[in-house]
Amino acid sequence: MSPDFLYAVEVLLNGLMAGVMYSLVALGFVLIFKASGVFNYAQGVMALFAALTLVGIMNGQVPFSHLINAVFGTSVHEFGWHVPALGAIALTAVVMVIFAFLVEKLILKYLIGQEPIILFMATIGLAYFMEGFGDLMWGADIKALDVGLPKGGSIWIEENTAWLAAEGSRFFGFFIDKLDVSATLVAVVLVIALTLFSQYTATGRALRAVADDHQAALSVGISLRAIWVITWSIAGFVALVAGIMWGSKSGVQFSLAFIALKALPVLMLGGFTSIPGAIVGGLIIGMGEKLFEFFVGPLIGGATENWFAYVLALIFLVFRPQGLFGERIIERV
Amino acid sequence: MSSYVTPDGRTIGDVLLEVKNITLRFGGVEAIKNISFDVREGEIRAIIGPNGAGKSSMLNVINGFYHPQEGEIWFHGKKRRAMKPSQIARQGIARTFQNIALFKGMNTLDNIMTGCFTHMHTSLIEQAIWWGRAEREEYRYREKVEHIIDFLEIQAIRKTPVGALPYGLQKRVELARALAAEPKLLLLDEPMAGMNVEEKEDMCRFVLDVNAEFGTTIVLIEHDMGVVMDISDRVVVLDYGRKIGDGVPDEVRSNQEVIDAYLGVPHD
Ligand SMILES: Nc1ncnc2c1ncn2[C@@H]1O[C@H](COP(=O)(O)OP(=O)(O)OP(=O)(O)O)[C@@H](O)[C@H]1O
Ligand SMILES: [Mg+2]
Repeated sequence: MSPDFLYAVEVLLNGLMAGVMYSLVALGFVLIFKASGVFNYAQGVMALFAALTLVGIMNGQVPFSHLINAVFGTSVHEFGWHVPALGAIALTAVVMVIFAFLVEKLILKYLIGQEPIILFMATIGLAYFMEGFGDLMWGADIKALDVGLPKGGSIWIEENTAWLAAEGSRFFGFFIDKLDVSATLVAVVLVIALTLFSQYTATGRALRAVADDHQAALSVGISLRAIWVITWSIAGFVALVAGIMWGSKSGVQFSLAFIALKALPVLMLGGFTSIPGAIVGGLIIGMGEKLFEFFVGPLIGGATENWFAYVLALIFLVFRPQGLFGERIIERV
Repeated sequence: MSSYVTPDGRTIGDVLLEVKNITLRFGGVEAIKNISFDVREGEIRAIIGPNGAGKSSMLNVINGFYHPQEGEIWFHGKKRRAMKPSQIARQGIARTFQNIALFKGMNTLDNIMTGCFTHMHTSLIEQAIWWGRAEREEYRYREKVEHIIDFLEIQAIRKTPVGALPYGLQKRVELARALAAEPKLLLLDEPMAGMNVEEKEDMCRFVLDVNAEFGTTIVLIEHDMGVVMDISDRVVVLDYGRKIGDGVPDEVRSNQEVIDAYLGVPHD
């Protein structure tokens, strides 16, 4: 095979794995949107907050240390212990459940039955609050995150794919980051687990029931508020996984919150109410972005990754407003 | 309290549900005006009346979707405090809707399984790892649901997404979902509306069978007079939010006010 073709395949594979990240953030959006009709602008910030908390717990950082030191004139920063990754992940998951509980108790409860735009505004407020709160709690510096996932180019993949091109050509095998591979595996496992849970358990059915019809769900004894706490907890957990992947790759920093904006075109592509849509949409955007940059980028001066996703989404909005898998939008007359 | 013998010789039990002086307003509109009646254990109680009479509103009050401005509801001999619909469902009141409200994204089986929700008690964590108690519970209720499916003769559509079913069958699945809750009191809002004669006959038979086999108390709204007079033990008649008649079918049929209401107002 020609080296050019193989390079394009390599770009495609890398795009696929970048897309996994988009898929995960979009998945968090869809879960909450389906269950409560809330477009949760804070999903990206939740990923950031989860990652910050995880790093903080692992490093034994004292939460709110700046505040404490400023008020009491002390100088505490660290507890001086290190929590192993798995334990810290479990603790962070607990924090995200508490967060979901508070969101329901302090915000959603009071907004039941309000217009979607009002709920949306509330989540914008929530996003900015959490950004500031995360900052106050754990500090604003960029932090490295290492939960022990393998890193660096996989030599095994490189050696075992080198034969694809003729001996002596420019191609030396696919370069693929081990972190991307493990991230993809984790995401696949997560999605399968969530699917099984929603298909084969009473709570899973209740989640789907609430997504379909609030009144009918109430009539069989499902408490909407309990379901909202569960949905936000699951979305928080998905955000944690996304935060771990992104944080392991490029450090935990505030730009993490902005990947949420990339989830928007993913949702337009996949449909706001479709879980398979979120996943496929994320992969398409991830691959499309990288391939477009590879083929068209050099011709028009590069940096296409900044806008490609949005243009693709716009085209979709015009021709298929409900997205790839979204329910058909039918005007009621 | 005593039991009650209907003219056709059926003995029905104590008062299970009593609505007392219920008034329900929507802004300036009084949908229900000071209405009282009771429902006895084991009976089939019909609510009839022209369009807009307040029948559905009454069911919505009983299952907690609407909160009346005035009046009391007594269930199992105790005054009920203001409760959410999900809490009322847990007390053993299940219902179907005038406009079918199934879970469109699910198949028949899952829709009915959802009806068991109030009985499934294992914790979220146990369910998440599908282990031990959670697994046994899932199988136990699955068996119950299969029994209901046989009972209502919908084996052939077990795995069909409900959105793809014809109207009559959707109504039947909705009944199945309500039955899965093993309710003490079953509220049916026009279970036969829009059905052809054959489907209506089937539905009538199912309602009677449910009542006879499970001893379920049933409150049912229906427009078809033939059906109502055939299957109900006692009938409440509403008109413009007022109660204009209450009694066994023969009494209601010969009530002049009821005759006037039905002649004066066109209905389907
Ligand atoms: N949610 C609501 N908001 C405002 N008005 C309502 C609401 N629900 C019912 N109403 C009004 O209450 C009155 C009674 O309505 P209801 O649906 O109970 O009638 P119904 O007897 O079930 O009629 P139908 O036979 O057409 O189903 C109507 O005037 C209706 O417009
Ligand atoms: Mg009605």
